[in-house]
Amino acid sequence: MDSLWQLALDSLWPMVSGALMATIPLTLISFSLGLALALMVALMRISSNKLVSGIARGYISIIRGTPLLVQLFVIFYGLPSLGVTIDPWPSAILAFTLNVGGYAAEIIRAAILSVPGGQWEAGYTIGMSRTRTLYRLILPQATRVAVPPLSNTFISLVKDTSLASMILVTEMFRRAQEIAATTYEFMLLYLEAAAIYWVICLILSAIQDRMESRLEKYVA
Amino acid sequence: MSPRNPTPLLNVTGLHKAFGSNQVLRGIDFTVHSGEVVALIGPSGSGKTTALRCLNGLENPDQGVVAFAGGPEVRFASGLSPKKAQVLRDRSAMVFQGHHLFPHLTVLQNVTIGPLQVQRRPREEVMAKANELLERVGLSQKAAAYPSSLSGGQQQRVGIVRALMLQPDLLLFDEPTSALDPELVGEVLTVIKELAQEGWSMVLVTHELAFARDVADTVVFMDGGVVVEHGSAAQVLGNPSHHRTKAFMQRLLHPF
Repeated sequence: MDSLWQLALDSLWPMVSGALMATIPLTLISFSLGLALALMVALMRISSNKLVSGIARGYISIIRGTPLLVQLFVIFYGLPSLGVTIDPWPSAILAFTLNVGGYAAEIIRAAILSVPGGQWEAGYTIGMSRTRTLYRLILPQATRVAVPPLSNTFISLVKDTSLASMILVTEMFRRAQEIAATTYEFMLLYLEAAAIYWVICLILSAIQDRMESRLEKYVA
Repeated sequence: MSPRNPTPLLNVTGLHKAFGSNQVLRGIDFTVHSGEVVALIGPSGSGKTTALRCLNGLENPDQGVVAFAGGPEVRFASGLSPKKAQVLRDRSAMVFQGHHLFPHLTVLQNVTIGPLQVQRRPREEVMAKANELLERVGLSQKAAAYPSSLSGGQQQRVGIVRALMLQPDLLLFDEPTSALDPELVGEVLTVIKELAQEGWSMVLVTHELAFARDVADTVVFMDGGVVVEHGSAAQVLGNPSHHRTKAFMQRLLHPF
């Protein structure tokens, strides 16, 4: 029993550092890029131009209709056969960004549409352009609607980064696999990895709660 | 009352607008003089709100010309570009039936965002003006409040201040009291009446005939997308000449 505790303690730092060096940066970078992409796709999807909205629709459909693991494999193992070789890290960021872009686009689109049309008109009547109305008036209101579902996407992404272990990114779960492979203590190490993911997600949920209550301040 | 100043401020000519196969405006003409209060009245579906919205570039008429004195005239036949809409919005400001205040901004932010961010007027001047106007409508205590914490009448008074802050030549009111509880109507009408007495030019879509008779110089009665009768408030409301105006007034006076 003592040796198990010792192993758990000894493997804690390698795993936590895997989280700090890979899991968390991968999540933050991919989510930020993914959100920017999602906003663009959401606006394209709302566009009255059939071609533009069709492209957005097709993109969302492909991303949501195929497994993330398959998307990772296509980028990392598939593209080299077309002469495009991308390193593990950029491959992972690309796949996760595209994935977040697809899911978050629908959330952002719905959130924008949830803001009453009168808000657009009020923006126009005080002299604002369409773009300024969107950024100053509509998106701040849409944010309140979008934060809970976007938090879901974010928390899913934290856990989905474990898939990057399949394309040779040494993130937290890959560390756990490596230690387990040499010690044969699979149960201990995978539960330990699970516990660390859980702690990260608990912290994120707390942050989500604070953001939501801040955004609720103007709702009576 | 007659227009206090006979200088034309706004000329509207030949407005046509269809929503699909529904021809809502079939050639609307009217003029607003400087300092004049024009009430647009008529049965629901007569096109009066649509006509008003055209003046602020919120609808894109199929035909017609809206021309403010001294400004470029806006011809609608070739579509409504953002630039043309801006010409109209530089001169007029709208008070909506449903107020459409920005719920994520405080009262003070609601009324200053246009002057500060769009008109780029000096902050001190804008703040001083905002405080003065909020004080005038009895809401200086509410400057830091969010719109959701106000009553309907207070919200609409903020809506009026938001429009005034833009320093328009013409105020547009789209049924400003129709969404209010009856006991809150008076406080909003009082503010509008004071503005009229101060000489603001305004076009007012309203169902409050008593108010129109009291405040308006001119009444335009619309029905079926055309101006049926157009004259002084006393004449159109007191002694209508057209049978459709008479019928409309009868329906309002004796609803059942």
